[in-house]
Amino acid sequence: MITFMNNSDSEEEPCNERTSLMSAESPPVPSYQDGLQASEAGEVQAHRKRRTGRSRSPNNIADGDMSDSGVPVRESALENEEEELTLKYGAKHVIMLFVPVTLCMIVVVATIKSVRFYTEKNGQLIYTPFSEDTPSVGQRLLNSVLNTIIMISVIVVMTVFLVLLYKYRCYKFIHGWLILSSLMLLFLFTYIYLGEVLKTYNVAMDYPTLFLVIWNFGAVGMICIHWKGPLQLQQAYLIMISALMALVFIKYLPEWSAWVILGAISIYDLMAVLCPKGPLRMLVETAQERNEPIFPALIYSSAMMWTVGMAKPDTAARGPSQQMWDAAEDGREDHRSPSHTDSQMSETRSPVPTRPITSFEELEEEERGVKLGLGDFIFYSVLVGKAAATASGDWNTTLACFVAILIGLCLTLLLLAVFKKALPALPISITFGLVFYFSTDNLVRPFMDTLASHQLYI
Amino acid sequence: AFFWLVSLLLSSLIWFIAVKASDPRDESLQKGLLIFGVMFSVLLQEAFRFLYHKLLRKAIEGLVALSEDGCSPISIQQMAYVAGVGFGLMSGAFSMINLLADALGPGTVGIHGDSQLYFLTSAFMTMVLIFLHTFWGILFFHGCEHRRWWEITAVVVMHLAVSGSTFCNPLYVGSLVPSYLLMATAAAWAYLLSGGSAQNLRRFLLCK
Repeated sequence: MITFMNNSDSEEEPCNERTSLMSAESPPVPSYQDGLQASEAGEVQAHRKRRTGRSRSPNNIADGDMSDSGVPVRESALENEEEELTLKYGAKHVIMLFVPVTLCMIVVVATIKSVRFYTEKNGQLIYTPFSEDTPSVGQRLLNSVLNTIIMISVIVVMTVFLVLLYKYRCYKFIHGWLILSSLMLLFLFTYIYLGEVLKTYNVAMDYPTLFLVIWNFGAVGMICIHWKGPLQLQQAYLIMISALMALVFIKYLPEWSAWVILGAISIYDLMAVLCPKGPLRMLVETAQERNEPIFPALIYSSAMMWTVGMAKPDTAARGPSQQMWDAAEDGREDHRSPSHTDSQMSETRSPVPTRPITSFEELEEEERGVKLGLGDFIFYSVLVGKAAATASGDWNTTLACFVAILIGLCLTLLLLAVFKKALPALPISITFGLVFYFSTDNLVRPFMDTLASHQLYI
Repeated sequence: AFFWLVSLLLSSLIWFIAVKASDPRDESLQKGLLIFGVMFSVLLQEAFRFLYHKLLRKAIEGLVALSEDGCSPISIQQMAYVAGVGFGLMSGAFSMINLLADALGPGTVGIHGDSQLYFLTSAFMTMVLIFLHTFWGILFFHGCEHRRWWEITAVVVMHLAVSGSTFCNPLYVGSLVPSYLLMATAAAWAYLLSGGSAQNLRRFLLCK
């Protein structure tokens, strides 16, 4: 939901190794870090961080480059250079976000197109109690609007609840919530998914093998997401979780309600992130005041830096609490995440679904990576999946929605580079996606079909 | 790709309105409307290519202003190529993907008396269109850069010609052959514009 640029200074400090990657660049990091602790450097840092905010460059390459340029920048505080670096790495970050979003969408679309289960109507969730099997169009519209209102209010309540918990430092509660929800996602939903896929392809699997596979998958996922793990594995798990969640949404949300909910949630996202009293913004600001990262389980980060040799006592102390801070951070960054989290929580009736933990302690501000809330992944995938499921079996619509969402993401990242603060990632992409879906389905499809039947080319 | 998509959207909007406003039973009128739709779409695509060029120009100016040594990290020719590829890919994807999805399923090609080479010719036509879009991108941008309007009109005319030739389908020799010839011309022209020459080509082929 939010592409967040890290404003907190805590990023520099927590070079805790949450995962054991990256040891190559550790030597330059400490010195840079120490240097950064200097007051004026800190400001430049913060400024730079703010600039890059969410972007983190891939570990090794960026590291070397960055540490070299870090010192002169620190001294001269060249805004231009920072801007230039921002833009230069901006493109890289866009690509770094394109890949996971694309992967998530591909997984969702592939599943929708092949596994019948996710397009069958087998009831609805309690959050959308009004059925859409009504005789009249007006009634159906009314029902979908009511469903949306209920869903959004559940999301708002959950978000506010999360913000309150965070404000009153009930970290253990939040942490437990996240763990429970990720447990449910990783085990239960994966089990259902695997079962349906096996059914579709008529592959037999015995229970012991199934148990072994799911146990390993789930256990490694829990460790990767909440503790340490290789970056790519973490990202892969986050993508898989988002895809699973999106599939659940696609299955259980009735048609019109889904579209209205998508629209309403992007409006909510816009308000929650940008209004001064919005819950997400308050979450972000609180986390910034406390210099804590947001929950790692709620956001996807494109790059991570962590130092292995930074065995400082304070970092050790921060270790255990890091998780919760990360979670909080996620909530912030995602602005949307909490709401998504909420919605997901409501959906799964469990604690916050694990959003990918993308919070990585950025070792250096050079390490720029972009963070995107898991909720964003989920809703993008819901849009594309719904397009694939319900657009008269047409691939053009799916493709058009896909391109629209990616362009929206590009624009959002561009705005991020310009404004340098947390931004909602949903509104632009979802608007484009919705516009393109409805227009392609109703306008372009007859045109292209007619062209194809006469084999004309434009 | 996005710009191509938007142009497609607008042109299909126009066509849709025209169709809805007309009599669906009149075959020749429908055919006429379709032809009109195709031509209009081609013109819109080129218009959007022009708009895209303007946008990229602004972007390059911004990049140059920000860069250290006064030149942007990506040249306008590279952008032209990428724009052409984007247009081509999108156009190709939209033309082919439903065909491919249908081709996965069971069926017989041309069972109702249509041509049996439908899939093959569609594939070739799509391929030539993708290449053509790429070359047109280069030519078009070059024309815009150096203010040579005749290059731009040549691109538009070529596009119209290729689309028009598809009206001969299923007489495939009338559409595929001219399109490939035009593609060869456009390829050579774009190559020369991008700084290639016969010597370069020879050196490349002989691996010097």
